[in-house]
Amino acid sequence: MTPELIAEKLQARFGDKILEFAKDAINPVAKVAPDAVHDVCKFLKDDAELYFDMCHNLSGYDLGAGKNLAVIYHLFSFKHQHWFAIKAEVPREGGHLPTVALLWRTAEWHEREVFDLYGIRFDGNPDLRRILCPDDWEGWPLRKDYVVQEYYHGIRVPYKEDWNNFDTLAANPERGHFVFQFEKRLPVVNGNGKAAEKSNQ
Amino acid sequence: MSTFGALGNIFKKQRYYFEGEGEMVVDLDPSAALDQRRDELIKARQSGNFPGDDMIVNMGPQHPSTHGVLRLELVLDGEIVKKVTPHIGYLHRNFEKHAENLGWNEIIPYTDRLDYLAAMNMNHGYCLAVEKLLGIKELPKKVEYIRVICAEFMRISSHLMAVGTFGLDVGAITPFLWAFRDRERILDLFEWISGARLLYNYIWIGGLSRDMPSGWIKQATEFLDELERNMKEFNRLLSGNQIFIKRAAEVGVLPPEVAINCGATGPVLRGSGIKWDCRKDEPYSIYPQFEFEIPVGEGRYGPMGSAFDRYWVRIREIEEAIKILRQALPQCPEQGDVKEAIPRRMKTAAGAECYVRSEAPRGEIGFYVRSNGSDIPDRVRCRSSCFVHVSLLDEISRGCMVADMILNIGSIDIVLGEVDR
Repeated sequence: MTPELIAEKLQARFGDKILEFAKDAINPVAKVAPDAVHDVCKFLKDDAELYFDMCHNLSGYDLGAGKNLAVIYHLFSFKHQHWFAIKAEVPREGGHLPTVALLWRTAEWHEREVFDLYGIRFDGNPDLRRILCPDDWEGWPLRKDYVVQEYYHGIRVPYKEDWNNFDTLAANPERGHFVFQFEKRLPVVNGNGKAAEKSNQ
Repeated sequence: MSTFGALGNIFKKQRYYFEGEGEMVVDLDPSAALDQRRDELIKARQSGNFPGDDMIVNMGPQHPSTHGVLRLELVLDGEIVKKVTPHIGYLHRNFEKHAENLGWNEIIPYTDRLDYLAAMNMNHGYCLAVEKLLGIKELPKKVEYIRVICAEFMRISSHLMAVGTFGLDVGAITPFLWAFRDRERILDLFEWISGARLLYNYIWIGGLSRDMPSGWIKQATEFLDELERNMKEFNRLLSGNQIFIKRAAEVGVLPPEVAINCGATGPVLRGSGIKWDCRKDEPYSIYPQFEFEIPVGEGRYGPMGSAFDRYWVRIREIEEAIKILRQALPQCPEQGDVKEAIPRRMKTAAGAECYVRSEAPRGEIGFYVRSNGSDIPDRVRCRSSCFVHVSLLDEISRGCMVADMILNIGSIDIVLGEVDR
């Protein structure tokens, strides 16, 4: 089935729970109301014509500081060999989605990863713990407004003096390129040793 | 379900242990098994202790056969593994956060470090995703050929590592040394073409970092002749060895439905008898031009989807990769500029996104890329096959012996650089 037909089918079944459908995107994606994610996924998985038996990717992304967070599901059907993607947006604080880990077991760990890096809770996930970061890590690293914690078990996490004096350090290439900045981009040094133009992020 | 081949009585061989119920055979309906597993998980976590003589033993992170820094928390009833809880993240460096601070092309060296045993395929997968996002459709023929040649050599090298260490896990040391001997030759070829032995940064968006040196194809072809002879030797030594077969053919059984539901890809999926390969069924690059087969697990010596089947799929894939290389090497164009299609400015509309998967040796690597309109990405997400395969370790290991855990880890062939990213 083409993505348009799948989207029509979803709209017929769920009505205004399907908020919009981007059919011109490279991977057509339907935006779903957050509370309907589980029902939509269950329908996509169980319906004989759709039969999405594999959740190929489950990933979060941040729409920018102060804006919403989003989760995108890329689904694939081995039987019919078609793709579909749905996404849902949740608020930055206290955002939560129903789990799909009981439909596709892949999702269990992927949801843990999204929880770990974005702080989105998945209601009903059997084992929602941090997965990549340590259990006692503070903050949600992949958010755009993430600030590294000061100390972790007595170990200093940010290089503060480097952090504040980035421009002087960048002028001193001996130390400058050992500093990794989350906020500012490192100057790209081309073959001549001259700094290329800085990006206007 | 007929496309998945004969299912047979796969579950008969699979022993599941649940608390208080002893041995039981799980229903063929995966969702029922999933509910059971969930209840059991919640129960175990809430109670915090396991009854009777159960023991919790940590395997790793320094254990040599965990192929990296992986810690498995095993719940043991004597020698029997009742539950496996993998703990990952020891190698976590948040590649995705780094990627949000770099230009599209500056990310490529970081993708090398995902699966460092198959760096070419990581480069290739990432570049395919960004090229699709930027709308680069036509690449010079020479670029496509060299990409496929490198990807297939990398696949051979990675699989040699996998089958060699798998032999080592069951106690066979010689095959490991033989596999490494051949792998070294491939690394030599890569060193010649890209300047590096392990982390290449060779495949760039829209092109390659440098041209193929003259005489490379001749050397590569000569090596293929040698490799074919060596693989025959290798099979005589290990693949046909009755001790090895009996050791590996009954452990780590992964039924096909569970494989799909768990998201297994690559040799793990094909080992369970599902004939699916991205290069054939959803082709990218110039793979449709080549004739090759998709090897699947046959269950010849035991239940289908066993550790031996996954091993055997890898051995067969080496042969298929040789077949592709035999076609690609003579066809590779001599003339052409490998940098002509590299875009000057890598910008696209804000909010544009795409998800592209490609077939790496360990499974399908997927890159979800999203642009914010500037020349650095808004989001780069790497869907790692090894990450998924670690999560199904619990599934294939319940009811096995502790010694079989080593085989199970070896047979899914994980690289922790890709798991932890």
